[in-house]
Amino acid sequence: MQKDSVLEMRGISKSFYSVKALQNVDFTLREGEIHALMGENGAGKSTLIKVLTGVYEKDEGEVYLKGVEGAVHIKSPEDAQNLGISTVYQEITLCPNLTVAENMYIGRGKAKITRWRKMNSDATRILESLQIPAKADQQLGTCSIAVQQMVAIARAVDMDCKVLILDEPTSSLDENEVAKLFKLMLDLKSRGVGIIFVTHFLDQVYEVCDRITVLRDGKLVGEYAIENLPRVELVSKMLGKELDDLSEIKSSDGSDEVLGEVIYKADGLSSIASNPFNFEIHKGEVNGFTGLLGSGRSESVRAIFGADKVTGGKVHIDGKDVHISRPREAMKYGIGYLPEDRKRDGIVGDLSVRENIILALQVMKGFFGPISRAKAEEFADKYIKLLEIKTESPDTPIKSLSGGNQQKVILARWLLTNPQYLILDEPTRGIDIGTKIEIQKLVLDLAKEGKSVTFISSEIDEMLRTCSKLYVMRDGKQVGEISGEGLTQTNVMNTIAGGGN
Amino acid sequence: MKEIANKKSGLKTATQLMRKQIFIPIAALLILVLFNLIADPSFFQINYAKNSAGDPVLSGYLITILDNASELAILAIGMTLVTAASGGQDISVGAAIAISGSVVLRVLCGDNPRPEEMQASILTAFLVSCLVSMLFGAFNGTLVAYFNIQPMIATLILYTAGRSIAAWINNNRLPIISDPVFGYFGTFIPGIPIPTPIFIAAACMIIIALVLKFTTLGLYTQAVGINPNSAKLNGINPQLIKFITYVIMGLCVAVAGFIKVTRFSTINYSVVAADIEMDAILAVALGGNALSGGRFSMVSSILGAYVIQFLTTTLFKFNVSSSALPAYKAIVVIVLVIISAPTVREKLSKFWKRIQTSRIRKEAA
Repeated sequence: MQKDSVLEMRGISKSFYSVKALQNVDFTLREGEIHALMGENGAGKSTLIKVLTGVYEKDEGEVYLKGVEGAVHIKSPEDAQNLGISTVYQEITLCPNLTVAENMYIGRGKAKITRWRKMNSDATRILESLQIPAKADQQLGTCSIAVQQMVAIARAVDMDCKVLILDEPTSSLDENEVAKLFKLMLDLKSRGVGIIFVTHFLDQVYEVCDRITVLRDGKLVGEYAIENLPRVELVSKMLGKELDDLSEIKSSDGSDEVLGEVIYKADGLSSIASNPFNFEIHKGEVNGFTGLLGSGRSESVRAIFGADKVTGGKVHIDGKDVHISRPREAMKYGIGYLPEDRKRDGIVGDLSVRENIILALQVMKGFFGPISRAKAEEFADKYIKLLEIKTESPDTPIKSLSGGNQQKVILARWLLTNPQYLILDEPTRGIDIGTKIEIQKLVLDLAKEGKSVTFISSEIDEMLRTCSKLYVMRDGKQVGEISGEGLTQTNVMNTIAGGGN
Repeated sequence: MKEIANKKSGLKTATQLMRKQIFIPIAALLILVLFNLIADPSFFQINYAKNSAGDPVLSGYLITILDNASELAILAIGMTLVTAASGGQDISVGAAIAISGSVVLRVLCGDNPRPEEMQASILTAFLVSCLVSMLFGAFNGTLVAYFNIQPMIATLILYTAGRSIAAWINNNRLPIISDPVFGYFGTFIPGIPIPTPIFIAAACMIIIALVLKFTTLGLYTQAVGINPNSAKLNGINPQLIKFITYVIMGLCVAVAGFIKVTRFSTINYSVVAADIEMDAILAVALGGNALSGGRFSMVSSILGAYVIQFLTTTLFKFNVSSSALPAYKAIVVIVLVIISAPTVREKLSKFWKRIQTSRIRKEAA
């Protein structure tokens, strides 16, 4: 083992049935460094992390830790924790109805009796030293997601961890919160903690990381110091091919195109979750809602689709007055909706890929018109091929697919219904770059076919690349519309922030 | 080499079967069959015998199993759907059977508990009891689907009140139907040597098979059970689906209750179908279905019902007294349920795979 490393993984292999998820992968983490683990969906990042944290048992290979003689055997998450390996997952795995302090100390220590006062004062001390804006006796659920995430990290740090794994910690945070998290990470780094950072956001990698390990198809591509690996090279290493220029997706400037007639128009539409807003979309147009997380952009599209109870406003489709109060009605008018939270609202986890693909079309066909098995298989095969969905078979439960492939299945579900108007809420979140670009291309292709698409993304450059008009939301209110010449990064940012415009 | 390849494919199908849900009830059934074969092969004999009416009918333990499992198999259908959609169980079915049976008798007898002739046609009585049972199912369904009450708590109400409602329907009297035609449904139709309940159960199975094939009930209940949010955003009405499964459960109860009263041409409110809800839930569990809802296999559940009856009859055959029966049953059930737990199954199939591969390796070497 090298002197300055805290963790070394050598020749790790892991298979699931016939699929080789990891093949002979090496990974080294040094003391006091932030090390990005990068790769597309299905590259083996999660598997490697799960081997390290004892969720999976490795088939082959060795793991060495600083201060431990010989190879360590990690058979359960508890083992990992005792060895000083802590993980903070994308989804908060704490208990929202317990206090912050309780969450930090739950399930730790052998003492049968809890000394509440000591626990609270200890927690306060740690929170203060890490500058986390939470009180020890506050219910965790009342904190923002970012703070909850920080509490999870505080818990990990206090357990005297040498290795801290952050698995997509930033995907549900806004920029401010990300900055706070980074400050905490850098603070921990200076204390000598080795941090493994798994993320899809390239910007963030280049902002805080020291080193990058790239995986592809379960194999190690290489380990690089950040200064030696320009972005373009990182991307091409992840994809395994030279990338065609990202900026050339949009064939022509959307503002120059002659738009078709208005197919959907909302006047003062509001739901129990959203304030009144105005919105319209033309045939063959791609537009978008933008704003920070929680600005009301998702709530707006949910109102359009009838996902939340509609409380007021007028809706015109193809010029006719209509009333949409349930998703089923929206679907009848040819509207499709890919929800923001894939896991909670999108996938039906235990159902197969095939059943997930046909679900929406099946509902439209009605209770007495089941799609035959043969037809369903035909549809599934078609879209698995078309969208290059990586799945063992159409019968595989969707929950065992990687995030990006799950997203493609949900996309396939709506494409199959042949919608006139498709709403995509964060279709590219938590998805690797290759798939991201495919989805963006797909959106523009749909528009070329005369379909209309509303696109929501946290990444503004993605929105600028695809949309010809942006509706800007702030604090639950519609604060602006930007189109044509105004579609620049600075302009959009200013409008979101409320500075200019 | 070819041999190894063959073995490998054989191994694959074996492990695949292990992982299939239907493996558990089939395995349980095989074990019971094997046990009986070894202990006393005469268990499987089927003879012609004269029944109490003097008609020649088939008799034997197998016939008894098929006959007595009818109600349970029918209830397993409803329980499977309820479990899948609402992630909970209906514990009121035993009490609801008492109600539906009581309704049948009330319609047939009118105010006189010992009528010379029936006051209405049997079909009318059956249809009225279907309606009443579905109403009670709708009551349960409303509580579960629209008031979001946990199924077990929601159905606890009817569980508690059901048998007294049943007694109240007939003013606490025990009507007896003397017309032999009424008894045909629960025993034998003259000239047909197979017990009628077997036909009724078969009919129910055919109907549910057709429903699952020609409607989207199966997909919808599973989708709702797995992820109601997503189901809703795909245009399904999760509340309505949950509600419907409870109404279907009501219908199953009516049919099972009808068989129960026609078996004896009378009813005992406090004893009829006692604890049958637990057997019905057990059938679903034995079928390898998650009691927390979601994915289900109807065939496995129904098979589970027959396994339970097979077990009961086997125990009777070996002269286990009826008071000790539940204890014996419990032991067997514990074993079956542990084997059918997904974690154990996964371990078993892994273990099996290891043995097989090591054997193949040895032979290859």
